[in-house]
Amino acid sequence: MTNENKFNFSRRGMLKAGAAGGLLAATPSFFMRDAWAASDFRNNPGNASEIKLGFNVPQTGPYSEEGKDELRAFKLAVKHLNGEGDGGMLNTFKPSVLKGNGVLGKKVGFATGDTQTKSDAARASAKRLIEKENVLMISGGSSSGVAVAVQSLCQEQGVVFMAGLTHSNDTTGKDKRRYGFRHFFNAYMSGRALGPVLEKEYGKERKAYHLTADYTWGWTQEESMKATTEELGWQTTATVRTPVGAGDFSQYITPVLNSGADVLILNHYGKDMINSLSQAVQFGLRDKQVNGKNFEIVVPLFSRLMAQGAGDAIKGILGTTNWNWKLQDEGSQAFVKSFGAEYGAPPSMAAHTCYVQTLLYANACEMAGTFYPPEVIKSLEGFKFDGMGNGATEYRAEDHQCFKDVLVVRGNENPSSQFDLLNVVETTPRSQVEYDWKIFGGELGPYKA
Amino acid sequence: MKIGTMNDLTRFLIFAVVILAMPVWLDPLGGNYPDLLQKFAIYGIFAIGFNILFGLTGYLSFGHAAFLGVGSYAAVWSFKLFTMNAIPALMFGVLFAGALALIIGFLSLRRSGIYFSILTLAFAQMSYNLAYSVLTPITNGETGLQLAQSDPRVIDNMFVEASAGLPSTNLFGLTMSGYPGFYFCAALLILGFFISMRIFRSPFGLMLKGIKSNQNRMMYTGLNTRPYMLTAFVISGMYAGLAGSLLAITDPLAGAERMQWTASGEVVLMTILGGVGTLVGPMIGAGLIKYFENIFSAFNDTVLAEMFSYLPDALVELVVPVVGLFVGSGWHLTLGLLFVVVVIFLPGGIVEGVDKLVKFIRNREKNVGGKVTPQDQPGE
Repeated sequence: MTNENKFNFSRRGMLKAGAAGGLLAATPSFFMRDAWAASDFRNNPGNASEIKLGFNVPQTGPYSEEGKDELRAFKLAVKHLNGEGDGGMLNTFKPSVLKGNGVLGKKVGFATGDTQTKSDAARASAKRLIEKENVLMISGGSSSGVAVAVQSLCQEQGVVFMAGLTHSNDTTGKDKRRYGFRHFFNAYMSGRALGPVLEKEYGKERKAYHLTADYTWGWTQEESMKATTEELGWQTTATVRTPVGAGDFSQYITPVLNSGADVLILNHYGKDMINSLSQAVQFGLRDKQVNGKNFEIVVPLFSRLMAQGAGDAIKGILGTTNWNWKLQDEGSQAFVKSFGAEYGAPPSMAAHTCYVQTLLYANACEMAGTFYPPEVIKSLEGFKFDGMGNGATEYRAEDHQCFKDVLVVRGNENPSSQFDLLNVVETTPRSQVEYDWKIFGGELGPYKA
Repeated sequence: MKIGTMNDLTRFLIFAVVILAMPVWLDPLGGNYPDLLQKFAIYGIFAIGFNILFGLTGYLSFGHAAFLGVGSYAAVWSFKLFTMNAIPALMFGVLFAGALALIIGFLSLRRSGIYFSILTLAFAQMSYNLAYSVLTPITNGETGLQLAQSDPRVIDNMFVEASAGLPSTNLFGLTMSGYPGFYFCAALLILGFFISMRIFRSPFGLMLKGIKSNQNRMMYTGLNTRPYMLTAFVISGMYAGLAGSLLAITDPLAGAERMQWTASGEVVLMTILGGVGTLVGPMIGAGLIKYFENIFSAFNDTVLAEMFSYLPDALVELVVPVVGLFVGSGWHLTLGLLFVVVVIFLPGGIVEGVDKLVKFIRNREKNVGGKVTPQDQPGE
């Protein structure tokens, strides 16, 4: 190594380097439009003829099946908003000011991202959607961890977040945000709805063993289920946390056999639930007699996609869902019809909530007469609507949570088709699952980001 | 001027210019948006730091993501407890990562070669599992550590009234998201590059190179190599900690996935792809991988159909599904192919490829001049 290959600092050299560096640092401001200029709000479409919505869904990872179905629903919603296809729920949604000519006269486009069901990746892809694709709204997601992370990012960035499938109490509880809205129900409501049915079916003296997905959703669902069952007089033998995406749950299921519990509550979702339930059934849990009673398994959050994956294991198992394609109301029928015509399969509840959220956002923009987020948020807060498949529904202004009836379902013993997997046992009225928004704490934050 | 023998000052200046001008030249490539630019700079720091260990000493650590994660967690805690200013977060990130590197390095460096790699991998996976499910009060597990309205933020609250919303990270009032965040990261990347260059050229760097070429011989001369190794390990851990804290500064959230072995593997890929032991190689590799991850993965069939719209329809229907395999969620496939090609044909990474290309062009120029005689070729 010769000496000339090294840095030799001289005063003159430093001065030169400093001047060059300064010039360089300033370069981007010459070349980039809007680099420093503050627009009136984030991604203001201005006079553009098209707006973009961002659909951030898990395309890989343990919840990818739900994500793919969500994406189908989003595409369908965009079609309907632009006046293509048969219009779906646009015809049954009331009060609605949507005309099927886009939103505020602008054509609706979309961009997609992959959350990978990881908070980090989800935020990175949401950032790409906001910064590169200039989306006005972000929707989608199939995990509460992701929903909470993306929701707080959207608050920072001033972009409305219409949560997809997220069931944790935290999303509209302690982690609620002014820019975040959730149409889906939550763990607390599942507990409230399941309680009476569990009492009727399994009695008051039971010992419950919880297996819980180890993140915000699992934690709050375990808490809600524990509260509900203990209110009935059940005992909680143990609560065990399992990592998300574990794949093999046998090491968690073996101890259940010898714990003296007679009910297993699986606070799992997606592929995790498919695996843990299938393994629990394979281990013969359901054929067992404990304390003179039949051993039972409960899956508080149930979806048809999971039921499809779990096959025969779900027969007779109780749970709750947000929505089911077999509902007979006008809105559900219209949605199932156009979704079926497009993709040849009935929509899942994840698809339903995402479709509804997109329509609700578009409608709120029309009502507000602008895309300016604070106005859009105000027209969503306290919005009452019907004809979207869940009966009369209200977006509560205080925590941005939708309130509607909850369905208690049971795995179908004699399915008539590969999609006919869940039977509605009971429709729990909205009044029974309502709660005071103050119980979970948290603050919405300001309208202006 | 030949790239290999380029003067260091020129090299440094070119590097600084290229980095700072990234928003300009990445614009036509579709990469000009703050989040991706920040990622380029941050993972550049990570890879350059990794190269100080792997490139100079030849010790392949498979656990560098642990330091990245620790840096992030330390930075977010600094935001939560003290202040939203970036500087303390940076210092805590580097400090904690350095401390962890000292412990892991001290234990792992007792072995070399594959055993060293496995040890670091084991430690990193241990840290990951701790963050994921054991230390959840500190790390918030799968959900990820986030800011909350109720955080103490002791120093901030002494000076200013808490605002209604969540505060954002800043550098003495300059918000650290968007382009300012990128320039902050870029400045640190350039500084990191400068330090790495100095290390490469220093007697210490020479010592590390000596260890790489023959550690036994170094030891026979009566030299205890371990302190040198440990220093290199800690320095590269601190680089990772810096990168981790920058990740948290540009986006105040720390998730356990950052510490997973895939993240450790990624930095190895970056370094090898760009060129092990070269100064700029790791940066090139980091940029390439992040570009693939963010741009290629976002291509879907509609985008592809638009790209190939100049072809006849029948051909489009044929081409789109085939190309579709390599973009979108299949971007890993493209990256894998590229990696295989680079490792087989260019063991020195992309930097070697560029060198070869420059040499090739220069030789051809000479040939065109027609003055080459066998005598002009240097004898071996």
